Order: sequence, then structure tokens, then C-alpha cells
Amino acid sequence: MVTSRKGAGGKTAAKKKAGATNPDLVQLLTPEGDLVEHPEYSIDLTPEEYRGLYRDMVLVRRIDAEGTALQRQGELGLWAPLLGQEAAQVGSGRAQTAEDYAFPTYREHGVAWCRDVDPVNLLGMFRGVNNGGWDPNEKNFHLYTIVIGSQTLHATGYAMGMQRDGREGAVIAYFGDGASSQGDVNEAFVFASVNNAPVVFFCQNNQWAISEPNERQFRVPLYQRAAGFGFPGVRVDGNDVLACLAVTRAALEHARSGNGPMLVEAFTYRMGAHTTTDDPTRYRSADELEEWKAKDPIMRMRAFLEKSDNADEAFFKEVDAEADAVAADIRARCVAMTDPQPISIFDHVYAEPHPLMDEERAEYGAYWESFEGAH
Amino acid sequence: MSESTSKTQQISLSKGLNLGLRRALEDDPKVLLMGEDIGKLGGVFRVTDGLQKDFGEARVVDTPLAESGIVGTAVGLALAGYRPVVEIQFDGFVYPAFDQIVTQVAKMRARALGKVSMPIVIRIPFGGGIGAVEHHSESPEAYFAMTAGLRVVAASNPVEAYWMIQQAIASDDPVIFFEPKRRYWDKAELDPTATPYPLYASRVVRQGTDATLVAYGPMVKTCLEAAAAAADEGRSLEVIDLRTLSPLDLEPVYASVRKTGRLITVHEASVFLGMGAEIAAKVTEKCFYSLEAPVLRVGAPHTPYPPSRVEEEFLPDLDRVLDAVDRAFAF
Repeated sequence: MVTSRKGAGGKTAAKKKAGATNPDLVQLLTPEGDLVEHPEYSIDLTPEEYRGLYRDMVLVRRIDAEGTALQRQGELGLWAPLLGQEAAQVGSGRAQTAEDYAFPTYREHGVAWCRDVDPVNLLGMFRGVNNGGWDPNEKNFHLYTIVIGSQTLHATGYAMGMQRDGREGAVIAYFGDGASSQGDVNEAFVFASVNNAPVVFFCQNNQWAISEPNERQFRVPLYQRAAGFGFPGVRVDGNDVLACLAVTRAALEHARSGNGPMLVEAFTYRMGAHTTTDDPTRYRSADELEEWKAKDPIMRMRAFLEKSDNADEAFFKEVDAEADAVAADIRARCVAMTDPQPISIFDHVYAEPHPLMDEERAEYGAYWESFEGAH
Repeated sequence: MSESTSKTQQISLSKGLNLGLRRALEDDPKVLLMGEDIGKLGGVFRVTDGLQKDFGEARVVDTPLAESGIVGTAVGLALAGYRPVVEIQFDGFVYPAFDQIVTQVAKMRARALGKVSMPIVIRIPFGGGIGAVEHHSESPEAYFAMTAGLRVVAASNPVEAYWMIQQAIASDDPVIFFEPKRRYWDKAELDPTATPYPLYASRVVRQGTDATLVAYGPMVKTCLEAAAAAADEGRSLEVIDLRTLSPLDLEPVYASVRKTGRLITVHEASVFLGMGAEIAAKVTEKCFYSLEAPVLRVGAPHTPYPPSRVEEEFLPDLDRVLDAVDRAFAF
């Protein structure tokens, strides 16, 4: 088991404390913002890179807040907030290279950000003007998948294709603790395993599958499940962006080097609602939320940057201002998104001509056009 | 002419598919076959016999026994530029993959606004008549035909099987390819130099003037036999092999009904909400004044597929078809 070895400790970097407290959880940055050593994983970034991770998380949280606000104001039909999961998404997102390919759930706004996907692309589906809409191959970021766990099989198949073509990258498949109960996820583990496919299964265990806690999904810690499928599993502090980056980098490298799949369980917390239709106060306690707020991914990174003199007050102000600007830009472009023409529903259903599409396009088109003031 | 005649060969339907798959594998290095037991064993119906030996384990892939996994990974391979041809071992085993087919395969292109395609073929041996145990004799074609984004075809004989499988693989849309299980061993002369009929077109396979029979897959042969028997009794039946269930190509059916005035649809699937219901509705709409009798439907009762010792009574046969013809004339 990758994580079961006890820390050798005794490393010398002055600002680092030795030994993670929990051997089953890779942590490189404590909630207080102190670096800690791990025997297996380490990270050494430039000050600019450290600041970059902080900036990513702040911007992503701001984009997410704007999504919730836009939903509350009726500009989106729904939003799935990532609040609390910024470190897991930015850490794993920044671990990817341009050649890697990500298969997201519907909550991977932070991963999308790291893959340079225009955030407005993500809003189309939630606004109801499309059901995805972006070109997955443009940024190697597949469409959001709504049915739970389906994308882990697509990711595995894509990895099998990369493997056949001898391509450079690896695939990263996102899913959640609830999805771990799905047949498709377990089938993906089997297919990836027996094909030695270059895919990293990245589970954000945010503790809640809507209202169902971990106890309703599994009896064995998720990362340990990988052993039964014949590949390594590791649990990482999902609110520690440095650990998420280090572990995902290692896992992707493991996959790229021909060693097959790996499972990463990012132990994190969904601080907000499942979606904007959800009311988490019905199923979880305020105390639990407070407990996790103390482990906030952004606060600990800020504490680290301050303690280590890697950033000054001007930097934090700059990031906050940039976040507001990004949010304003997204808002403006979101509300400017026009509704699709009804007739467009017939486009793109088939690649090749289809007589029923043509017939119904003509029929419905004529009917809709018959109304006064029709498009 | 003598040159092309010399190239013809006697093949079974299973062999026709085998030769078609072989040709597709030769023609396009992106074509992959995936399924359970399709490698060394050659598939339980031997459709892929010898292909793994000749094309290797990377192109003729023995998969884990998980249908959703097979189709789900085929989606990923298609996104990566491959053209997967999936074998579902039996009709009744497709349901674990139903979600991936209906939710993912069928909708992916529309979700991406045309920026990706799903050139996947899902081969399904279907229908009964082979004395099999439960879940090995079903006719699930209507589930797939009613799902937008999928194309659905059914081959009826060895020559059609040879051409249609290649055309389906060449299609950039996902195709559910139904193979008439009980006709796998039927034989016919194949001329591989002939020009194939278009994939998405129905076809008049026997001319007639008094009534029209429309069928697909295994029931085409049954209808041809019924037409031959009817001819002995002085009735001239036209038989149309539908071939494509989505899109439907009903123009030849309309033309036939305008000539004969009577239509009987025939399939093994349930009459209730079967393909015949859609055909009857369309023909009623398009040929109302040509009809001498209501469109009659021959198919299965609305029960689970029965134990095999009573499947002969359950399945439409020559008598059941001719009984419907009689009723159409008695109207």
C-alpha cells in the first residue's frame, strides 16, 4: 500500500515539520499552513508557483460563487457548487500536462479552470442553452457527465486508445464517493486493471452523496479498494493543494510510465449544497461544517504564503480584485447567452443524413413559423 | 460475367459477417472488435472465428464480462479516434449496457454540438427459435429504434450480413446491428465484387400484387415462405425487407400498399408497441385512401419470452402470417 509506510522523518528543510500525523492521509500542508514531510511524496515549488495555486483557488471559488449567484437570480437553472473542493481540483488540475485528458463529473469547475476551459462554457448546460456544447478535444477536457460514474468507463476507453497509439499523456477520471457504488466505476477499475490502461481514478470524497454519508456507500476506506483490483490506491488530504498536486503528479507519471492505473482518494468536504436545489441543513450538522471550515483549503494556503514570506498583502489584494473582474466578465457573458433557436434541436443528432430528422425539421419548423412573431 | 461468377462463394450468415468484419479490419486500422469470447473461441456463434489470430489481441479484444464496461470503454475509444465494433453475446445481455447506449452513445454527438462522433457498431444476435434457455431469444430492437441518436439495422440473409456490417462500421453514427440468430447457419451465394445496396434503405424482396408483407431480420425468410405458399393458393404477396429500423425507409412500403391495398407487419417482438405499430400508423397516415383493410400486425404476445418448448407456438410462423393475410382479405 503506497501510503502505509511510516515516515522516515528527519528531513532537514528548516520550515518543515517531520511526520504526517495520519499515515493513511498524505498531507504536505497542515490546516495551519505549515509544511510537513511525507516519506513518499514531496513538493518543491517556486514562490510564483505557490502563489499561482493560491490564485487558482481564489479565482475558482469566486467563479463558483458567481455560478450560485447567477442561479439565485434566475440566470442559471441549476448550479453544482464546488465550495470546499478547490484544493482537490486545482491540485489535480495543475498536475496535468497538455497531453493528459480529463473526464469530469458536473462539478469540476476548478479542473476546467486549470485546463484553460472558458468558464462560460460550463454555464451553458446550467443555463439550459445547451447540453454541454464545448469541443472536448480543444482542451482535452471532456463534457460534463451527469449520470453518476459513466465517465470513468469513457476515461478508461480513452486511455486504452492512448495506449494503443503510444501517446504521451495519461487520462484522469473524476468521480465522487457516491459514484464508487456504481457498477460502471467498478467495471472501469476492472477494464483499466486488466488492460494496464494509463488512467488515474481521482475520487473527491466530499463526504456526502447529496444526503447520503460515506457510511451508506462503503465499509472500507475507498482508496483501499484499489488493492482488490490490482493497482495502487492512495488517500490524500483533499484540502491540501500541495499534497493533491504532488500525489496526482506522481499518479499521472505512474500511469504515463506504463505502470497502469492508480486510484487517488482526495479526502475533502463539500461545504456547500449538492446543487442549488439542495438543503444540506436537513441532513448534516452545523458543527460538522464548522469543523471542516477550519480545514479550509484557501485559508491554509494563504497562511503558508504569509508565514513563508512568499506573498505580501498587495498580492492578496490583487488576486481578490482579479477574482471580482473574472466574475464580472463571466456574469456579463452569461446573461448575454441567447436561447437556441428551437429548430436547432435537430442539428447534430446524427453525423450523416437522417430522413426522419429532415422530415420533422420541416414539419415542426413550419408549425413554429406559423405563429406570429416567430423567430 | 464469368469472371465475377467465379468469385462467388457459398457462405453462411455467420461467415458473411466474419468476412465483412475481416474486410473492415483490413480496410481501416482504427477498426477494433470488442466482446466476450470473441478471440480464441471466435465468439459463441463463431462470427469472429480466426480474426484474433490474424489481427492480434489489440484489435480483436476479449473483454471482461461486463456489458456496460464494454460499451462504456468503446465510447472512450471512439473519442480517441477508434471505430469499435462491440459484440453483445446475446440479446438478453444487452441491458447492463442499456444506460451507456441510450444515455451516452446516443446523445454524445448532440451534447457536443457535433464536435465529436460515436462511430460505434453494437452487434446483437437477436430473436428466438434455437431452443435456448431464458434471456437468449429476445427481440429488443424497438427500445433502440425509439432512441434518437442511434441507428438500428437488421440483416436478414448471408449476403446482406456481409455488406451491411461493413457499411455499419463505415458509418460515423452509432449503429445497433441486429443479427438473426436462428439464420446464422443459412447459406447463400456471395459475390464480393457486387455493388452493395444502401444500408439505410428497405428493399422489395418479392414482387406481388394482392397484399404486402413487411418484415426484417429472421422474419423475412418466414414471409418469403408464406408468400410462396400463398402463391400456390393463388394469392400474390409482395415482401419487403425493412433492413433499417432507424431511420425507417417506408417509401417502398407506401408504394407497395398503394398497389396492394393491404399490409401485414411481421416481427418476433411484441405486437404491443413493436415496430409494426409505428409502420401501421405511418401507412395509415400516408396511404389512407389506398387501404382496403386495416394494417394488421403479426408478432409476439405481450408476455416474457416463454420456455423454449413452447417457443414454436409463441413465434410468428408461416401459418400465423397467412392467417393474418386471410383476415386482411376477409375485412
